[in-house]
Amino acid sequence: MIAEIGHFALVLALCVALVQATLPLIGAARGHAGWMALAGPAALAQLGLIGLAFAALMHAYIVSDFSLLNVAQNSHSTKPLLYKISGVWGNHEGSMLLWVTILALFGAAVAACGHSLPPALKARVLAVQAMIGLGFLLFILVTSDPFLRLDPAPLNGNDLNPMLQDPGLAFHPPFLYLGYVGFSMAFSFAVAALIEGRVDPAWARWVRPWTLAAWSALTAGIALGSWWAYYTLGWGGWWFWDPVENASLMPWLAGTALLHSSIVVEKRDALKSWTILLAILTFSLSLMGTFLVRSGILSSVHAFAVDPARGVFILALLSVAIGGSLLLYALRAPALKAGGLFAPVSREGALVINNLLLASATATVLIGTLYPLFLDVLNAGKVSVGPPFFNATFVPLMIPMVAAMVVGPLLPWKRADLAGALTRLALAGALTLLVVLIACWQRGGPSAMALAGIALAAWAVFGALAEWAGRIGLFRLPAAESLARARALPRAAWGMTFAHAGLGVAIAGMVGASAWVDERILTARPGDVIPLAGYSLSFESVGEATGPNYTARRGRFTVSRDGHVLGILEPEQRHYTVTGMDLTHAAIRTSATDDLYLALGDGDGSGALTLRLYHHPLVPWLWFGGLMMVAGGLLSLSDRRLRIGAPATRLRAQAAATA
Amino acid sequence: MNARLLPALAVLIWSLPALAVLPGEMLSDPALEARAREISQDLRCLVCQNQSIDDSNAPLARDLRLLVRERLKAGDSDQAVVDYVSARYGDFARLKPPFQPNTWLLWLGPLAVALAGAATVAWRLRRRTGAAAPAPPPLSAEESARLARLLDGQE
Repeated sequence: MIAEIGHFALVLALCVALVQATLPLIGAARGHAGWMALAGPAALAQLGLIGLAFAALMHAYIVSDFSLLNVAQNSHSTKPLLYKISGVWGNHEGSMLLWVTILALFGAAVAACGHSLPPALKARVLAVQAMIGLGFLLFILVTSDPFLRLDPAPLNGNDLNPMLQDPGLAFHPPFLYLGYVGFSMAFSFAVAALIEGRVDPAWARWVRPWTLAAWSALTAGIALGSWWAYYTLGWGGWWFWDPVENASLMPWLAGTALLHSSIVVEKRDALKSWTILLAILTFSLSLMGTFLVRSGILSSVHAFAVDPARGVFILALLSVAIGGSLLLYALRAPALKAGGLFAPVSREGALVINNLLLASATATVLIGTLYPLFLDVLNAGKVSVGPPFFNATFVPLMIPMVAAMVVGPLLPWKRADLAGALTRLALAGALTLLVVLIACWQRGGPSAMALAGIALAAWAVFGALAEWAGRIGLFRLPAAESLARARALPRAAWGMTFAHAGLGVAIAGMVGASAWVDERILTARPGDVIPLAGYSLSFESVGEATGPNYTARRGRFTVSRDGHVLGILEPEQRHYTVTGMDLTHAAIRTSATDDLYLALGDGDGSGALTLRLYHHPLVPWLWFGGLMMVAGGLLSLSDRRLRIGAPATRLRAQAAATA
Repeated sequence: MNARLLPALAVLIWSLPALAVLPGEMLSDPALEARAREISQDLRCLVCQNQSIDDSNAPLARDLRLLVRERLKAGDSDQAVVDYVSARYGDFARLKPPFQPNTWLLWLGPLAVALAGAATVAWRLRRRTGAAAPAPPPLSAEESARLARLLDGQE
């Protein structure tokens, strides 16, 4: 019964979306205030209805209602509660429901918080949001209904893929979707602005918080996914240039570009047409990412045809959304008035370089991801595009991007003096050189690529600090004055410092993980002592262990360094009884500067076990840097300039008060 | 459940134990073994979801790893080993696609996009600074007088 209520709520949400997508738009065109005002309550109603459907599905998972096909296929009564909950989105139908739930959440947020928005813009934004919702709700109801019943109901379910039974993965999809769907706000604002034919700094200020929120969530989602891959897959890799990963990287790159170009619109009223295009492209890439993964076309062109209804629906939806918005852009963008002028060497110029490089990087990932598919469809051969391709094309674009990232914030708007900015970075440059020399000395002449990476990381961190120090006049002014300035610094400035330095920290982690890794593959038996990178691991014992829904072989190792015992590592090899799948559960000892990573393999029958041991220097910095970037995004989001509405309304209020 | 579902499903294709390169496969000569690992990272496990044979524990990946080591022991150069494998399994086996007519677009595409973007930016900047060039009309006598007063701090 509860499932049927959920299903019915989805149908009702579809009807509400239909109303919300049409009437407010007509109202805005005709200046009919009542019709425009309809959008707000409709958006709230959608959240209520879709939320109800989501809650209904979650209820079915929690109580293990195996009369639902979706639950029976993806859950099991012995599964821990956390994974029963995360199992809701651990499958196609449920993940689509999560997608529309988040979409409804964003729509309702605009309806509830968008008091400062002009009514016509608000009505149009919510109408465009409803159009997206309409497409997705139809897709769910027609091809991916999570509420299908099963008769007779099985006694128990098939369980969730053990790889997905992991806390990292429980939170990875919601964050990823918050990011993907968050960019729908920038998209809706862009389309609404195109319909209105007006883009101004106030518009950019309204869009910015949504873009920031989406970007922060997507950054967190990607970092979580990468971390999960690192500790689950058993060999310590953290990024594989897998098409599925690329699908999330592309909107991130485009969204990063959007975040920066919208600053130019906000501060200087320039780059308007490009920012609108970026907003459309970012969300299009999010849509494409969702669907590339969902349609199964990535694993094989033929998988697309396995379920033709789904595939064709996806293709149609993509064509309408992307094609329609780009057509609107082509028709309306030329009418947008160009704004402020600037010299090539200026803050604007630096942000243009940022956008150029990020857009090229996005295109590179897009080409690399779709090329094999494209050749296959044309019957022009089968190729694989793997990490070596991306290392050769993507990385060279990122090097100048990060190098320029440090200089950009030091340049003033409109016209700048590059030599002056570089002088202020002299100390940062010297420190960077020092770090490179230390790296050379420590690692004994590592590869040129690793050195370049470390130089870039140090440059980004010290550069961000130099910019911050310059702003507060550190060492130049009395300490009390500097402190007062630091307090008065807008949160957005703090956010930038955090995010830029965080990228540097993450790059250091990437270099450590890829260039400086120390690996040992060996067979060992209890009693053996294995040295690795200054540590020594003594293999104590191996035994059996039982979890809620798995049995495991568990090894016990003592880690010590210079005779001091540092801790115990207990890697497992798990056997999930329901699915019959085996999974390594690596044991990791994290310190501030390195990871010790140990994975257990098979026995050879004589009591010896295969072991994989890694020493990953700087790897923890990868996640820490990601965390800093997310923190930077959130700090910037909390800037009070974004919370108080646009300056125009305040000016108007002032004018009214003085009149 | 987006970005990880496919690799997770691909697990079904991987064989069960989760370690790829095993101690027994490794060559005793460390230099040769290091080369074998390098090469293995650029060869695709043909039955897997976008994994190199170095990362995969599928039986086919193991066979290919052994093949790579056999060729190296026979004295092949790195390139010769890659050519040997791709002659038998096609370009599909190479994670770094060769530069040939059907991949020109792939390899040159990113460069073309970056150059086209840079050219567009340069063109637009030039056009706009050109448009901005006409100097503003000179100040009228009244404006000059007001400016002088302002500079004197009288207003």
